[in-house]
Amino acid sequence: MLRRILAAVATLLGVAVFVFIMLRAIPGNQITAGLGTEAAALTPAQQQQLEAYYGLDQPLIVQFFSWLGNIFTGNLGFSARAQQSVLELTAQSLPVTIELALFSIVLALAIGVPLGMLSASRPDSPRDAFGQVVGLAGLSIPAFLLATTLLAVLASSFGFNPNGEGYAYFLDNPWLNLQQMLLPSLVLGFGIAAPIMRTTRTAVLEIRSNDFIRTAKAKGVPPRRLQAKHVLGNALVPIVTMTGLQFGYLLGGAVVVEQIFSLPGIGRQVLLGIQQKEYALVQSTVLIIALSFVIVNLLTDVLYRMIDPRVRAA
Amino acid sequence: MNGGNRGARGALAAVGLAAAVALTITGCSSAKPAATDEAAAGGALVVGVTSDPDTLFPWKATQFQAVNVLQNLYGTLTEFDADLNVVPGLAESWEASEDGLTVTFKLREGVTFADGSTFGSEDVKFSLEAIQAEDTAAVSRTSLASVAGIEAPDEQTVVLTLSAPDAALPANLAVINMAMLSSDDTEAELNTTPNGTGPFVLEDRKASQSLTLAKNDAYWGDTAKLDTVEFRVIPDESSIVSAMQSGNVQLAVFDDPLVAQTAESGTVTVEKTPQLSYHALQLNARRGDLADVNVRLAIQCAVDRQEVLDTAALGEGEVTGPITSPAYRSDADARPCPERDLDKAAKYLDKAGKSDGVTIKTIVSQGEYATSVNEAQNLKAQLAEANITLELEVLESGAFVDRWIAADFDAAVALNGGRPDPDGMYGRYFTSTGNLNQVAGYSSPELDALFAEGKQSSDPDERKDIYAQISENLEDNAAWIWFFTSYSYTAAASEVQGFTPMANGSLQYLRTTTVN
Repeated sequence: MLRRILAAVATLLGVAVFVFIMLRAIPGNQITAGLGTEAAALTPAQQQQLEAYYGLDQPLIVQFFSWLGNIFTGNLGFSARAQQSVLELTAQSLPVTIELALFSIVLALAIGVPLGMLSASRPDSPRDAFGQVVGLAGLSIPAFLLATTLLAVLASSFGFNPNGEGYAYFLDNPWLNLQQMLLPSLVLGFGIAAPIMRTTRTAVLEIRSNDFIRTAKAKGVPPRRLQAKHVLGNALVPIVTMTGLQFGYLLGGAVVVEQIFSLPGIGRQVLLGIQQKEYALVQSTVLIIALSFVIVNLLTDVLYRMIDPRVRAA
Repeated sequence: MNGGNRGARGALAAVGLAAAVALTITGCSSAKPAATDEAAAGGALVVGVTSDPDTLFPWKATQFQAVNVLQNLYGTLTEFDADLNVVPGLAESWEASEDGLTVTFKLREGVTFADGSTFGSEDVKFSLEAIQAEDTAAVSRTSLASVAGIEAPDEQTVVLTLSAPDAALPANLAVINMAMLSSDDTEAELNTTPNGTGPFVLEDRKASQSLTLAKNDAYWGDTAKLDTVEFRVIPDESSIVSAMQSGNVQLAVFDDPLVAQTAESGTVTVEKTPQLSYHALQLNARRGDLADVNVRLAIQCAVDRQEVLDTAALGEGEVTGPITSPAYRSDADARPCPERDLDKAAKYLDKAGKSDGVTIKTIVSQGEYATSVNEAQNLKAQLAEANITLELEVLESGAFVDRWIAADFDAAVALNGGRPDPDGMYGRYFTSTGNLNQVAGYSSPELDALFAEGKQSSDPDERKDIYAQISENLEDNAAWIWFFTSYSYTAAASEVQGFTPMANGSLQYLRTTTVN
């Protein structure tokens, strides 16, 4: 366990350094991002004043360690654009993305697992083909395409567009919030359902070929019970692994969907930060995303132990 | 990364278009929900915008969205009317002395800031002096270059002493970067709590989600008709279109004709407004082959502007000369090659001793505006027929800005903002002392003299004549190659009345808008 934590810390540090360097390798800085070509009209004194204001006049190494040092005191930086601290901004945006990721995963499991079992129930049959085609569609239809089409069609023909009303936090207006989460979770969930479906299919097929299933069958275990307890129960480990991986990916990868459905989540926070070259904002937010990825992976491991006694023993 | 972005956006627009077309065909018209429950007497308007203001401090705001919001919160000494004429603002009247070296402003009485404090001449003195101070880093600092002294003899009077007559001053004072602030305020305070004299006050802000203004009952002019205006951030333009169709958003301004087209429906009308901004090929006349005027003229002759407009921007725009403001508009045909003329282009190249052709390194921004890359590719194809090779370097917008600022290019495909006054628009580019002259890459003693003359003359007809000469001079020397101006598209739901879009993109007429 200790080794895992040390590895996690090393990973996070690596992410921090990488993002720090990447950001500065992108042309432009906060001054030119804000002023655009008008920055050409700045006098040297104005330029200096602005550099000092944004902390760009410090050597890179000083910038890095003052940012890193501040993180340990809970100061993640300040966004001049939003006039709020990165901590406040993240406290608003992270729950949005977590909620979105949770709903998407639930929907993905609800679509992917039954579909996988359906496919596996009779391999190479029409129903397998059906499952595979749906899975392939989920994988190959780009999220932005599905999202825009859904939004445009529902809004113009049914006037249904809860996302046009301005984002409602769950605690302020749960009903509107759930409506606003519906389409984006569906879009994301559909995309993730594909790998879950394929994992389920493979796992179920593999388990079914095991001796203990034949034994159970011979002992007269009813088919439904056999499917639920013996087959699915044992197929859960790879499904949980796949789900954990996708969940981590969702925490950082929901940018497109957040953009189209106007959800003020963490993906948009990073995107805006990059556009405005708000270095501290991007560095801190990416670190938080990386941290959630690490935590989700740890949780997935813990889940294994609960599901599979063999892992516990090992 | 940006390439992907652009592709995605193009595809999004296409999907939106397809969806809209499909719906028109099926003639589907289901009942729409009531637009806004709160749309009572004064009404609440929701404006769809793709981004949040990046600053609320008026002296540093250049981002479109920030300027639009701040225009409704702050006041300026002078203002523009719908036709971009300079009209009184916080100054009721102004008068220049005989020699043009003193300008006296009479301030409006009974004007208050949002916090209730009174606006007076000391606030004007404070504001103008702070804008002039280099360490404020105000973007309009150079517009006050001619101002040598600022006096406030009494509460309602401000006297500016000028180092030289400056006819462009009244127009320069009308931009939001010249907003009048209270002498009690600081930048840090105003970043979170705007305190202006405008028709609206800030009611609420949720960073990257929405910004709501409420009408200012103490406004000196006619009180705004709307109770509130919410700028709702919907980052994707086609999602704004959807929000208009579902009745959640009542007003939005688009630049992209494709998106505007999808917005038009039974309940939403779209109005085109010609813009001051212009599409051009900036030439750096101080570098390489372009230093020869004949090479530059060859480029002018080899380009069919209408074709650039048609292929890159669906023909949505008007071919233009340098000056785009309605009062001073250049005659688009007053140039050595009003039409494409490859023979003439070849002759100019001959004259330059470059009959074998020239190669021009050209920077192009990707992602900053929709048409840039298409313009560049069309130009490349047209110029190739005249033996002129455009070597295109397509850059992400941040990289483009860096290179542009450093004037590190032979030529640049650019969309530049225009201004109502031609001196404000080009003085900074094409006078040898202008702060953007290095980027403009061209100046001459004749132009310096003409610009100086234009600033000295206060007679409107005489000024028109001078700027027509400037325009001609720029075209005769092919300082840059001007192509076209485009439109902005104001999409409004049928219940929105009384809004006037402006050529400078300003949303100042939100104050006369109603929602029924």
